[in-house]
Amino acid sequence: MKSLVAEFYKGIFKENPILVLALGLCPTLAVSTSLQNALGMGLSATFVLICSNILISMFKRFIPSRVRIPSYIVIIATFVTIVELVMEAYLPSLYKQLGIFVPLIVVNCIILGRAEAFASKNGVFASFLDGLGMGIGFTFTLSIIGLIREVLGAGKIWGYPVSLDFVPVLVFALPPGALLVLGLMLAIKQAGDKR
Amino acid sequence: MFVMSSSPHIRDRETIPTIMWWVFISLLPAAGVAVWVFGIRALYLMLSCVGAAVATEFIIQYLTKRKITALDGSAAVTGLLLAFNVSAGLPLWMAILGSVFAIAVGKQVFGGIGRNIFNPALVGRAFLMASFPAAMTRFFINQNGALVSQATPLNILKEGSAAPLVGYKTLFIGNYPGCIGETSVLALLIGAMILLWRGYISLRIPLSYIVTVALMTWVFGGSNGLFSGDWLFHILSGGLMLGAWFMATDMVTSPITRKGQIAFGIGCGLITSIIRLWGGYPEGVSYSILMMNALVPYLDNIFKPRKLGERR
Repeated sequence: MKSLVAEFYKGIFKENPILVLALGLCPTLAVSTSLQNALGMGLSATFVLICSNILISMFKRFIPSRVRIPSYIVIIATFVTIVELVMEAYLPSLYKQLGIFVPLIVVNCIILGRAEAFASKNGVFASFLDGLGMGIGFTFTLSIIGLIREVLGAGKIWGYPVSLDFVPVLVFALPPGALLVLGLMLAIKQAGDKR
Repeated sequence: MFVMSSSPHIRDRETIPTIMWWVFISLLPAAGVAVWVFGIRALYLMLSCVGAAVATEFIIQYLTKRKITALDGSAAVTGLLLAFNVSAGLPLWMAILGSVFAIAVGKQVFGGIGRNIFNPALVGRAFLMASFPAAMTRFFINQNGALVSQATPLNILKEGSAAPLVGYKTLFIGNYPGCIGETSVLALLIGAMILLWRGYISLRIPLSYIVTVALMTWVFGGSNGLFSGDWLFHILSGGLMLGAWFMATDMVTSPITRKGQIAFGIGCGLITSIIRLWGGYPEGVSYSILMMNALVPYLDNIFKPRKLGERR
């Protein structure tokens, strides 16, 4: 039981997918322009990650190891298609904002990485907890980056202006700002780990 | 009779503070002209940038428990160069923010003096250009004590408007709109003379840089076909003189081999001319130097001198 709790817990901080494993950096840098986008991306990826982890751990005995990566991709793509269609139907504005990065969840390194490194070797429930923990870790980190960039780069939180006379520092809304914020967060995490 | 010791055997009395404060002194003529042309606001900008740079260096070195060298002049030079690179109307808090960024991200993140890849002052300028494009590209001229917004000569050229270009003499003296430290070729050349006399810079980078820009703009810059460009206008306007003499020659971020320095200058000149003639910005000095900074290790490697007896 204790190890199952640890499987859930590790993804949030100790093996945080962005800050420690450094996976999934492409969507992290690209869609973290606002808190809304970050949360939408994080939750979509979390849903796909949990579902694909469960299914892959269930099928792990039937998938021949030589074609396992294509099989994982097919499973992941199924769930990504579900997310894509649901989002297009119920959250069209978010769907438009995220654009190409919704279908690109298929090749998100976190999801493929967890499938290969964890779900293909562990039980269904442990894989579910692993996916949940990793998803929360990803969503949480992405949201912090999104929040920082939205406040500094656009002067808004969740689309509402922070203050009327705040002058936004545009660079944080641009790609260099994403690299800067991510780099500083990695540095802070490293400094914290060294203590 | 013989003393045994490990190298280096030849020592010099020159230290980082003497070099950096001499560089600071060599920038003062241009600073004086900036105050004369743009009024007291230029002085405020320079003071706040220098102050913020030195304070940032001190705070970071104190917090990371490193040796405190905030007063060795290098931070002051970075601050002053950054101030030279902004327009006279830039709000002071933006200038201070750029100065903090220049020292913190442009220099201290890499480990402090001597370890930075990019010229810190230009990192600060690039940050300000990306963050506050409107405030950074609105230039002013001092008319009876008030700052009046006006386009720079290079802007007028870029937009191809009919407004008259300023004459060579004005460009040389510096009484026209632009970044506060870049306008006066005369003052910058006086400063460059000081650096040459002290032996801190050589002619290799500045000359190859300026000659390349002159050639490129003479050949491709004219409206009446090839070889009709106004090269004298191009080398006297914009930030070319400031960049070529004071920022491309930064000891830390320029090549150490002689051929490497010439290649560095030519590269800067090519990129500057390409941006000016065909790019989206009217001026390309700062980006050209930043891009070439990234290539410095490769240039030094390519032009590594042969060891005695080594095969070709």
